[in-house]
Amino acid sequence: MRLVYTFLIGLVFGVGISISGMANPAKVLNFFDVFGTWDPSLAFVMGGALIVTAIGYRLVLNRRAPMMDMRFHLPTRRDIDLPLVLGSAVFGIGWGIAGFCPGGALPALGTGRSEVFIFTAALVVGIFAARVAQAALTLRKTQASA
Amino acid sequence: MIETVFTPFQSLGGGALIGLAAVLLMAVLGRVMGATGILAGFMQPTTLSDWSWRAAILLGMVTGPATVLLFTGQFPAVQVPVSTPMLAIGGFIVGVGVTFGGGCTSGHGVCGMARLSQRSLVATGTFMLTTAITVFVIRHIFGN
Repeated sequence: MRLVYTFLIGLVFGVGISISGMANPAKVLNFFDVFGTWDPSLAFVMGGALIVTAIGYRLVLNRRAPMMDMRFHLPTRRDIDLPLVLGSAVFGIGWGIAGFCPGGALPALGTGRSEVFIFTAALVVGIFAARVAQAALTLRKTQASA
Repeated sequence: MIETVFTPFQSLGGGALIGLAAVLLMAVLGRVMGATGILAGFMQPTTLSDWSWRAAILLGMVTGPATVLLFTGQFPAVQVPVSTPMLAIGGFIVGVGVTFGGGCTSGHGVCGMARLSQRSLVATGTFMLTTAITVFVIRHIFGN
C-alpha cells in the first residue's frame, strides 16, 4: 500500500511538472531571459507550489508523525556554509546552460525524448563525481583533525 | 531561441499539483519532495524499504507525461534550444552543484522555502541569480 501511495504522489508531481512547463527547457530558459524572449510563466509555477506547500506543511507538520513512518525526516542543518552557496551557484550555471533542473528532467524522461536522457545521464554522472569528491574532502578533514 | 507562450493558469495549476505532491509525501512518508535527494538515494541505496519508495515515486513521476497524453491527446511540450554537448555539460554541472548545495528547485525552492528554511532561501536566491546571469551571458553576450 505504501508503494502504491508513493507511486501516486510521484504521478501527481509528474503531471504537475508536465503541465506547468518545468519539463520544457525553452520555457524555463525564457523565464530567465527578461531582456529577450521573456516568458514569466515559471513565477506562477513557483507561486502555486509555494502557496500549497506552505499551507499544507503547516497542517501536516502539526501532527506527531506521518501516516506511514515513525517520524518526519526534515533537514536539521541551519548553518549557511560555503558548499551550500557555491553548490547552488554552480547548479544555477548548469541550469542556465541546459534548461533542465532535476525535478523537471525526471518526469520529462517519460516523453521518451533523447535530449532528456542525455541530460539525466550527465546529471547522474555529476552526482556520483560530486559524492566521490565529497567523501574525499570529508576524509581529508577527519585525518587533519585526528 | 524559441518563443514560448505565457501560460499563467496552466503554470499556476501545475505548480499547485507540485505543491500537493510535496504535502502528500510529507503527510504519508514524512519525506521532502526534493528531486535531487530522491534520485541520489535511489542511486546509492541503504535499505530495501528506503530504496523501494524512491523507485515507486520515480516511476510515478515518469508516468506523468503519459497521463497528460491520455487526457489531452498530446505529450507535454519539450523544446530543447540547446546542443547535445551543452546538454551533457549542463547536466554534469547541475549534478555537481545540487550535490554540494544539498538540493535543487524542488527541494530548496519549494519544500525548503515553504518551511522558511534560511539555508533554502539562500540556496534558491543564489541559483536563481546564477541561472539568470548564465542565460544572459549565453544569449546576449555570446549572442547564442
